Amino acid sequence: MINWFASLPNFSAYGTPSYFIYLLIALVPMGIGLYFGKRFEWYEALISFIFIFFMFDGQNYKQAASLIVYIIYQTCLVMWYFHYRQKQNNSMVFYITVFLSLLPIIIVKFTPAMVGHNSLLGFLGISYLTFRAAGTIIETRDGAVKDLNWWKFVRFMAFMPTITSGPIDRYRRFSKDYKKVPSREKYLSLLQKAVLYLFIGFVYKFVVDYFFAQQWLPYFQRQAMAHAPHLSWWVVGVAYVYTGDLYFDFAGYSLFAVAISYIMGVETPMNFNKPFLSKNIKEFWNRWHMSLSFWFRDYIFMRFVFLATKKRWFKNRNVLSSIAYMLNMVVMGFWHGVTWYYILYGFLHGLALVINDWWLRYKRKHYKNLKSTKLTKFIAGFITFNFVVFGFLIFCGFLNTLWFSPAAMK
Amino acid sequence: MKEQIQDLLAQATGRDASDFSDTTADLYADGLLDSMATVQFLLSLQDEFDIQVPVSEFDRSAWSSVDKIADRVKELQND
Repeated sequence: MINWFASLPNFSAYGTPSYFIYLLIALVPMGIGLYFGKRFEWYEALISFIFIFFMFDGQNYKQAASLIVYIIYQTCLVMWYFHYRQKQNNSMVFYITVFLSLLPIIIVKFTPAMVGHNSLLGFLGISYLTFRAAGTIIETRDGAVKDLNWWKFVRFMAFMPTITSGPIDRYRRFSKDYKKVPSREKYLSLLQKAVLYLFIGFVYKFVVDYFFAQQWLPYFQRQAMAHAPHLSWWVVGVAYVYTGDLYFDFAGYSLFAVAISYIMGVETPMNFNKPFLSKNIKEFWNRWHMSLSFWFRDYIFMRFVFLATKKRWFKNRNVLSSIAYMLNMVVMGFWHGVTWYYILYGFLHGLALVINDWWLRYKRKHYKNLKSTKLTKFIAGFITFNFVVFGFLIFCGFLNTLWFSPAAMK
Repeated sequence: MKEQIQDLLAQATGRDASDFSDTTADLYADGLLDSMATVQFLLSLQDEFDIQVPVSEFDRSAWSSVDKIADRVKELQND
C-alpha cells in the first residue's frame, strides 16, 4: 500500500502550467454551481482531497501521514477549547492550549538545529496551518468566535488553494464566505479578478521569475562563490537578484492561490501590495506578505502591547513599542527557522522598525516644516528598498554558504 | 463624544487634537494611527466610555475614522 502510494506521480501546487489546466477543468462544475447560487460542498471536498492527495503522494508520502495526524490533532484541540471556553475562561488553560497548538511547529523548527535532520512531524505548509489554528484559539478566548463547527474547521485548515503556502486566512472570515454563496453579480466580478490575477501570476512566476531564479541567480551565486569565503561585488548582485526571485515567485504563487480561492467563492486575503514602493519599513510590512505580517501584528504585537499597558509593565510608551517591535520581529525570525541568518534577519527588521519610529517622532518635533516632496519621497523609498534587499541577503542564507560551507555549492 | 474621541486619539498618538479635526479622514491611510497607538487608544476608550473592545473585534476598516469610532462606541454602549 505504502509502495503503491509512494510510486504515484506528485503534483506540487501551481508547479507547472499544465497543473492549471487540470485544476480549472476540475473547478468548472463548482463554478457553474456558484453561478446558479449553489455550493456543491461534497464536490468541493472531493476535488480538494484529490488535489491535496497529489501534493503529498509519491516521494512526499511521509508528509501525508503527518498532515492528517496534524489536522486531527489541531481540530480536537480547537474544538475542546471552544467547548471549555463556553463555560470557563482560565488564563492558564488558554496559555497551555496555545502552547499545545504551537508544540508541533516548535518541534519541527528546533529539530534541525538540535539533531541535524528534519523532524518527521513536518510537512509542507505546517507553518501556515499553525497560524490558522492558533489564531482561532486566540479569537475563541476573546469570545469573538461564537460558533465553531468541526467540519468547517477542517475545511478551513485544509482549504486546497492555500494549504501549502498561504495566504493565511482567519476562521471567522473564511466561515462567513463559506456559509453563503456570492450573488451572481459578485461572483462574476470575482471571476473577472481571478482571470486577471492568474495572468499576472503567470507572468510573474513563469516568465519574470524564470530569469531571476533559473538564469541570473545561479550565475551571480557562482561568480560570488569563486571569491569564497571573501565578499565581492557579486554578493551585492546576489542580494538584488534574490530579492527579485523571492518577490516574483511568492507574489506569483499568492496570486494563483487568491485567484483559485475566488473561483471557489472564497475571498482569501491578498498577500502583496506593491511592497517596493514603500517609503518606510513600517509601510513595507503593511505591503509585504501581508497575511503573515498582519497575523503577527494582531496576535503578537497588539496583544503584547495590550497586556503590557494594562499591567503597566513599562513607564515609557516608546520603550514599550520598541520592545514590542523587537519581540514581534525576532519571533518572526525564529518562525522562519532556527538558524543564525533568520534570527538576525528578524532582529534587524525589529531594529529598523524601532529606528523608523524614533525618526518619525524626531522629525515631528524638530523638522515640523520639512515638506514632503518628490525628492524626500524618493530618498525615503530608496533607503527602504535597499535596506529590504540587504535584509533578504541575510535571509536567503547565501552568506552562510559563502562563509561556512562553500562545499555545499559545488 | 467626538471631541472626547479626538482628545483620546491625541493622547494615544502624542499629536494635537487638531490633527483629528476631520472626522471622516482615514486614520490609518493617513498614517495618523498605528498598531501601538491603536491599542493605547482602545484601552483609554474602554475606561472613558466603560465598554469592552476585545482586540479580535477590532477590525481596522470598521474603526478607521472619528465618525466610525463614534458609531462603534454607541453600538457597544447599547449592548
